[in-house]
Amino acid sequence: MRTFHTWMAIALITCASTVGEVTLAHAMQRIGDLGALRARSGLWACVRRVATNGRVYLAVGFMTVGFFSLLLGLSWADLSLVGPAAAALTFITNAFAAKYILREHLDRRRWIASIFVATGVALLTL
Amino acid sequence: MTLRKYLILLAVALFASIGDNLLSRGMKDIGAVRFDHLQSVFLAFANPWVICGVVFLLCFFACMSSALSWADLSYVLPATGIGYVVMALGARFFLHEHISPARWSGIVLITIGVGFVAGGPFLTERPYHARRKEPVEERA
Repeated sequence: MRTFHTWMAIALITCASTVGEVTLAHAMQRIGDLGALRARSGLWACVRRVATNGRVYLAVGFMTVGFFSLLLGLSWADLSLVGPAAAALTFITNAFAAKYILREHLDRRRWIASIFVATGVALLTL
Repeated sequence: MTLRKYLILLAVALFASIGDNLLSRGMKDIGAVRFDHLQSVFLAFANPWVICGVVFLLCFFACMSSALSWADLSYVLPATGIGYVVMALGARFFLHEHISPARWSGIVLITIGVGFVAGGPFLTERPYHARRKEPVEERA
């Protein structure tokens, strides 16, 4: 039964992390390069622009769900299973989300990199 | 890509890996949370390892936000996979843990994958008025 709970936690981490990271990426794309903004207008301008973006708070909410799922998963299983398994699945779901939701250009190089990293992380669980 | 940007990607990888390890260490002290008593997970916030893990994950969030402001999500995630290699090599050479052939294969695959994505463009070209408030100043 604990194995079932562990994989439920891993599934929840994957879903919440994917939605959170995609939402954060969308927010940061709209905000623009923080390094350039900081050089031009200072650190407080960066903080103000991030803190006044509603999508950032939405992303934080989803990442918080992912965080508590991670805590539950870690209470039921070792990090050597929960960490790589959730990360490998998140690499794949994020690649699809980046292509179809964020409309990023995923060339062959990025697909291969995502598959290699996800497979490699999965092998670390063995 | 400037050295500062590579350092931000490295910080994303390291903060996430170290934060997860600290949380794992703390949750071993807490023990298994019963499914019919999930609210007991909040007891974890009294554990110093978990508190340190949260601090590291907050640093991860700040670096990740910064990275996503100038690079695509599909670039940042594979590029930060190098954190798993650092953790595995640390376990091998500092903790003297055994690494199986399957894990060595995983390390090789991650390294190749990171090398693949790091050598490519880090941002999808878009008309800047459509997506960004600031013009993109740099391309790979």
